[in-house]
Amino acid sequence: MGNPMTDQTQTSEMQTQSQAQSDKKPGIIRVEGMHKWYGDFHVLKDLNLTVDQGERIVICGPSGSGKSTFIRCINRLEEHQQGKIIVDGIELTDDVRHIDTVRREVGMVFQHFNLFPHLTVLENCCLSPIWVRKTPRKEAEASAMEYLERVKIPDQANKFPGQLSGGQQQRVAIARALCMKPKIMLFDEPTSALDPEMIKEVLDVMIELAGSGMTMLCVTHEMGFAKTVADRVIFMDGGEIVEEAPPHEFFTNPQEARTQKFLQQILAH
Amino acid sequence: MTESTMKAPKKALRPVKWMRENLFSGWFNTVLTLGVAYMLVTSVGPLLNWFFLDANFVGADASDCTGAGACWLFISQRLNFFIYGFYPDELQWRVDAMFLLLAVSFVPQFIERFPGRKWLGLFGIFGLPVVGYFLIPGGAFGLEEVQSSKWGGLMLTLILAYIGIVASLPIGILLALGRRSEMPIIRGICVVFIEVWRAVPLITVLFMASVMLPLFLPEGVNFEKLARALIGITLWQSAYMAEVIRGGLQAIPRGQYEAADALGLGYWRKMGLVILPQALKMVIPGIVNTFISLFKDTTLVLIIGLFDILGTVQSTVTDPAWQNVAIEGYVFVAFCFWVFCFGISRYSQNLERKLDTGHKT
Repeated sequence: MGNPMTDQTQTSEMQTQSQAQSDKKPGIIRVEGMHKWYGDFHVLKDLNLTVDQGERIVICGPSGSGKSTFIRCINRLEEHQQGKIIVDGIELTDDVRHIDTVRREVGMVFQHFNLFPHLTVLENCCLSPIWVRKTPRKEAEASAMEYLERVKIPDQANKFPGQLSGGQQQRVAIARALCMKPKIMLFDEPTSALDPEMIKEVLDVMIELAGSGMTMLCVTHEMGFAKTVADRVIFMDGGEIVEEAPPHEFFTNPQEARTQKFLQQILAH
Repeated sequence: MTESTMKAPKKALRPVKWMRENLFSGWFNTVLTLGVAYMLVTSVGPLLNWFFLDANFVGADASDCTGAGACWLFISQRLNFFIYGFYPDELQWRVDAMFLLLAVSFVPQFIERFPGRKWLGLFGIFGLPVVGYFLIPGGAFGLEEVQSSKWGGLMLTLILAYIGIVASLPIGILLALGRRSEMPIIRGICVVFIEVWRAVPLITVLFMASVMLPLFLPEGVNFEKLARALIGITLWQSAYMAEVIRGGLQAIPRGQYEAADALGLGYWRKMGLVILPQALKMVIPGIVNTFISLFKDTTLVLIIGLFDILGTVQSTVTDPAWQNVAIEGYVFVAFCFWVFCFGISRYSQNLERKLDTGHKT
């Protein structure tokens, strides 16, 4: 994967980034001593992470390392059993109202898109703004069209997800999440289910989004993406955060043996 | 079209070739074909004779049935009884009005471009029972009261099936959701309800509703027999419905639940906007199957003394004024049931096609 970012987006990124810098809220996500078990299996072990507003974090690691489970804990698609997760000042507990409040502010993009097949692209995007945010339909549709333009598929608005390619579906899924105007976006291996020729169109959208100052947590194997947009790269293995570093350091000078081995394997070909 | 694209080869339809390949390939198939052809020829003729050619269509009573074929006179002479039961003649317009409303609500559902058919359908589901509740028994708005013991025939069959269907679907949905709930008490209640009702034959439910229920009710509280039967049928049916719908809920990929959760929809909106529309669409064949079997099972109310269409026909067949008309009567009942069940089936297929948006996620 080369550097898919053009000079133009880079400069616009710089501008928006400097804007975002001024109102950066520290610690919009705080994970403190978090553990998770599936039955007796200890999947996540003592995770600690603080993410500031506008930060872009890439989480990588071998499969089964718990990285997907970790970001799914942040909007409580998975429950943690010990420790604290505080998102935008609200602690995630069993309280359903807290969970729904957090979920409204946290957008999520899944590996398998998970668009609603019985609704059109536009309806997919408007569903939550209309029913949860109580946005008037007209307004929600106008805003959805803006986001669909941003992910470059406004012309597909009235099609059903089943009629779109994988890359298009994933871009719709990103637009759908953005329609809720979230403060944080979580990406759970957004390009892993895509054919190679479609990966770039999705990554381009994500890079553009990163440039706009969105707080992003991204589980991905796209190291090119990590190099271009990440503020920090987190390497997980065996349910632990093994290493955490800015991308330049992470790729050129990894400290831990496990990280070195992983990077060798994935950058070998 | 480019040079390299080719048209798919056409499959030629040649009747003689087809027959040689499928009907007369080898001596065994030839014998079978000839045997079946012989049976068809010998049975179709007499059936046609009995149904139409030798049948009696005009006349006033049994003595006019002189031909060797069916005595359709019997049906036309007693049609009023078969449709309305003992409902007073001069008040039958009320039932006719309901039939008309039923037709107005549902016939347009077959016509793709009919204006406002969605509203007619909604009226059919929600409004019709309300109108019927006041119109058929009367007793309000200056309408003369007609005791439910006088209702009968096709009208009673339709009332039983219609209320059973319309009420059991929402109850079934709630039971199915409850059975998959994470709250142990709700789940427990739903499981027990479903397993108890589903394990009991409808006949037993009807007996209990008509004989045992009054024993448990306090003195003075007295439901009509019809209302008790309706409650029994509805609860029994909703247990079945719940299991059909649960099948649909389980078939929805987990990603759909997660995506709805991640959007912050909350439980009821997640179910109502995302999961149920897909799940119900998926189990339309199962739901319709249950509807159709309920429609036919309503004939069982005969044993608690309610005269549905089968009951009215059966009681007339034994009428000394009409001799040997049992076959005509039962053929008529079968035909009535077939018309309605086939209509339900066609509509559901229509619905499935229309709702098909592909299920690739």
